[in-house]
Amino acid sequence: MRKTSTSRLPSIMRRRFVKGLMALPAAILLSNMSLSVSAAEVNTTGLAVTDDTVTVGILHSLTGTMAISETGAQEAEKLAIKQINDMGGILGRQIEIIQEDGASDWPTFAEKSKKLLVKDKVAAVFGAWTSASRKAVLPVFEKENGLLYYPTFYEGLEQSKNVIYTGQEATQQILDGLNWVAKEKEAKTFYLIGSDYIWPRTSMKIARKHIENVLGGKVVGEEYKPLGNTQFGSVINKIRLKKPDVIYAAVVGGSNVAWFKQLKAAGITSKKQTLLTISVTEDEVLGIGGENLEGFYSIMKYFQSQDNENNKAFVKAFKEMWGEDSVIGDVTQAAYLGPWLWKAAVERAGSFDVDKVVAESEKGDIELTTAPEGYVKLHKNHHLWSKARVGQWKKDGQATVVYTSELIEPDPFPAGYQ
Amino acid sequence: MDGYTSSELVSIFAMQGFAGISLFSVLLLMALGLAIIFGQMGVINMAHGEFMAVGAYTTYFMATLTETYFPAFMPYYFVLAIVVAFFVSGLLGYLAEFALIRHLYKRPLDTLLATWGLSLIMQQSFRSLFGAREVSPTLPEWLLGSYQPTEMIDIPLNGMFVLGLTTIVTLGVYYLMFKSRWGLRVRATTQNRVMSDAVGINTKKVDRYTFALGCGIAGIAGAAFTTIASTGPTTGTLYIVDTFMVVVFGGAASLFGTIASAFSIAQAQSILEFFISGSMAKVYTLLALVLILMFKPEGLFASKVRR
Repeated sequence: MRKTSTSRLPSIMRRRFVKGLMALPAAILLSNMSLSVSAAEVNTTGLAVTDDTVTVGILHSLTGTMAISETGAQEAEKLAIKQINDMGGILGRQIEIIQEDGASDWPTFAEKSKKLLVKDKVAAVFGAWTSASRKAVLPVFEKENGLLYYPTFYEGLEQSKNVIYTGQEATQQILDGLNWVAKEKEAKTFYLIGSDYIWPRTSMKIARKHIENVLGGKVVGEEYKPLGNTQFGSVINKIRLKKPDVIYAAVVGGSNVAWFKQLKAAGITSKKQTLLTISVTEDEVLGIGGENLEGFYSIMKYFQSQDNENNKAFVKAFKEMWGEDSVIGDVTQAAYLGPWLWKAAVERAGSFDVDKVVAESEKGDIELTTAPEGYVKLHKNHHLWSKARVGQWKKDGQATVVYTSELIEPDPFPAGYQ
Repeated sequence: MDGYTSSELVSIFAMQGFAGISLFSVLLLMALGLAIIFGQMGVINMAHGEFMAVGAYTTYFMATLTETYFPAFMPYYFVLAIVVAFFVSGLLGYLAEFALIRHLYKRPLDTLLATWGLSLIMQQSFRSLFGAREVSPTLPEWLLGSYQPTEMIDIPLNGMFVLGLTTIVTLGVYYLMFKSRWGLRVRATTQNRVMSDAVGINTKKVDRYTFALGCGIAGIAGAAFTTIASTGPTTGTLYIVDTFMVVVFGGAASLFGTIASAFSIAQAQSILEFFISGSMAKVYTLLALVLILMFKPEGLFASKVRR
């Protein structure tokens, strides 16, 4: 026994050594494989993929009302794509961008998405911002079997095979914020106010159910103003009369600015009144002015002031690319995740084919440890696991994060809230 | 309204009354410039909102300039900004009339299309010059916050400011149109262009200055609204519908009609808004407006012009 074992030792060593030698070229071969795999192998459906490039689309409003909000999103997407290209691209291919302008007009969004998918054959599209534009492009993406990465926090109640939602759906944003304000501020009465379209109305519906059924609180007023409304005098008087513990707001766009300016002018400030909003990010604060918001709260999943290494690097890179004065809001960060999530799914699928990329995404275990907001994971329902954060606004337009939730599972069709 | 003390109700009543008056002054200030242009010249100026945006951007520009170079001047810049806004918008209006409008006087419907085109051009210029994001000028301290006559009542200072400004502008327009020689020439031209030409009035010059005046007042309105809302490239489109509503409802050529119309629309809207929720209040206001215009298509105060 002893003899045989001693004689075997060198032979094992020799075998390992030989194996190692043989593995070396194999490893070199493997690392180069992505470069050498032909376009036909990673793309069986006729997408715009060559041996060294892959084309994607960016579809946001560069003109019109929504340009204000969508500028940040498309800047973040370009930054992510540039960083991916600097790292060597995806499957050894540099990403090229075709950008189209949705012009804040929903039929234009549909038309341009058709052009990107049918004529340009892009492998993925990063775009859309409002729910209206997403609803407009959805049939096109489903018919042409395209792949859309949609960045905005939205009302939920949707899950398409052809869309990956990188923002939070309603329950991820609303429930924890309400829990927080009920506990922290001992709030019992709520006044709900929003702009008059699908997202605020659905969000308020969920909020009302949660306040009444879970928190045991009371909704003392619910109000919707037309988009673009700039007169809030009467509503503010109503709020004054009802004396709610919390004003819960989802006013959007230009109205938002008028709303906060007039609150301040009416003497309703954070000293006397708790206000929690789901529609103000750093982008909006630029227009509203930090002095009009000071002390009020926003519930989002990301704030520019978040203190972690990922975020520091992201903010630095963003400012280097788009200027020192640029600010980064929640949706901008969510848009930044799109290209990275796509890269992860494509690399695991080893193919750009939409069906294969979606299949990988649907396994529900694609993680990003480098996300500025912190760790995120893609759920099999196409939404992201993410944390909710409450930020308190400061005069300089940045927020202090005062609360961070646990990782919340996305639930686009919440039972008991519809 | 049970469960409220009488002092609460009184103060809400006072504040609600002010909310109505405040909305009235906003509507009137928006509509004055358009009423002059539409009423005196028959030009439907679709770019009116953009001339307001010019005023707002001018204010923003002045605020940034003052903040950077003369911070000590910050409490006072706003008054100067209003004057500058008037002249900048007025000058642009003057140029627009010279380059575009005057060629279309014989084709009133084409002015609608042409000024709409102008408004698109102006929107894109704002976007190129100031960026797509909305901006707000830093306001002087005395314009922020509220005046508290009692513990319960808060009257917004910016609302009082707009009210005061509207009063001054309205009086100014009244004086110009009805007490000055220039106003006499404007009214003469409106009533009978050929005859005015014959008695030696330079009607072309009158047109140009009337248009410039209307645009200048739009500029003042734009400057004043920076205290209420923010300014973006498409801000003008937010205001244009309300503006036309006031002018058409008031009767095109009548200054008094514009005032009365702004007052009734504002009061109806703010009272309705208090009792029913926001969107429906607007619906009822507009419905009432449509009904009245069906029976009085010339507006509240039809002009007695021989045509």
